[in-house]
Amino acid sequence: MTITVASGKGGTGKTLVATSLALSLRKDVQFLDCDVEEPNGYIFLKPDIKKSETVYLPKPKVDISKCTFCGLCSKLCRYNAISVIKPKNKVLFFYELCHSCGTCSFVCPENAIYEEQIEKGVIEEGAVKGMFHFIQGKLKPSEANPVPLIKAVKKKIKKGKINIVDASPGTSCPVVQAVNNSDFCILVTEPTPFGLNDLTLAVEMTKKMNVPAGVIINRANIGNSKVKEYCIKEKIPILLTIPFRKEIAVAYSKGIPLVEIYPEYVQIFRDTYSGIKDMIK
Amino acid sequence: MKICITAEGNNLEANVDQRFGRCAYFILYDTETDTFEAISNTNASGMGGVGIQNATMMTEKGAEVIITGNLGPNASRVLQQAGIKAVTGVSGKVKDAIENFKKGLL
Repeated sequence: MTITVASGKGGTGKTLVATSLALSLRKDVQFLDCDVEEPNGYIFLKPDIKKSETVYLPKPKVDISKCTFCGLCSKLCRYNAISVIKPKNKVLFFYELCHSCGTCSFVCPENAIYEEQIEKGVIEEGAVKGMFHFIQGKLKPSEANPVPLIKAVKKKIKKGKINIVDASPGTSCPVVQAVNNSDFCILVTEPTPFGLNDLTLAVEMTKKMNVPAGVIINRANIGNSKVKEYCIKEKIPILLTIPFRKEIAVAYSKGIPLVEIYPEYVQIFRDTYSGIKDMIK
Repeated sequence: MKICITAEGNNLEANVDQRFGRCAYFILYDTETDTFEAISNTNASGMGGVGIQNATMMTEKGAEVIITGNLGPNASRVLQQAGIKAVTGVSGKVKDAIENFKKGLL
């Protein structure tokens, strides 16, 4: 089973929930940090990293001596990442737009385009206090597109395990990639206008992707009741509400997970998980 | 000499479009014959990299100068590599931009 923790709005408590859920379930868990642009699950789980592998992706290069500057690669590139300047006999690649789809090298009539492997980031693996397996993707600084690395991290998902995926905020491609093929998506939000606005977008995303979703309202005793009203109206289950407590925030700032300062949350998260399991049956 | 001005409309009375990648029209103006061709920007609603596509098209159309408001870094790279001069920060009517260019004021 794969449960992805996403949010829409940033800073609502994705990592707080994902790490505490993993620490509560312990057995048969795998934690996958797919917020590869700034993975932070490790701060709370303190894994003993044992393995690190580099993820590469092909990037096109051109053998200019073979190129006839026909422009076919540029015309077919759906990301507009290639410019063929025929009058000057030049071919320019824009790697920050390239998605490594391989179309250009495939269609080149002269076989002038070849691929070189370029480092995208690393995947690190280790154990959390002998309890469960921990995996995180770390995107190489300056890389613009985290999606391929998220895909690579998700290849580590094991069927028989409870895979807890920590996604990045928002509803763009990296989040879609993290949520894709999940059995359930936990959307962590806060009862503020921003929280509601971004939750609405995230709910629409999960609906489009046919991934069942439920909401956890964090800092539930602040703001207003609009998030709750929205969930009731849209028939989205509210899995759990976590009240705002200064102690949680202070502990979080020191890298102490919620279940460590409030151990009663272990059972609460276990119950939440049971509820999710019942829902997706 | 062929110069290209990004325009909000398809004639010389139109304003200079401040965008290059997503402008409405390109006015391709021939300073020798004082004739022009208005090209609708089919890339205007594209997903991304539209500046690159437009700049590449300009290399095929034989423009020697691009007059526009703002030019992104990717389109700039194409124009630079193609040896096309870019004049940015231009606003007002297209016909005035052409006159100013002819007078060497741009």
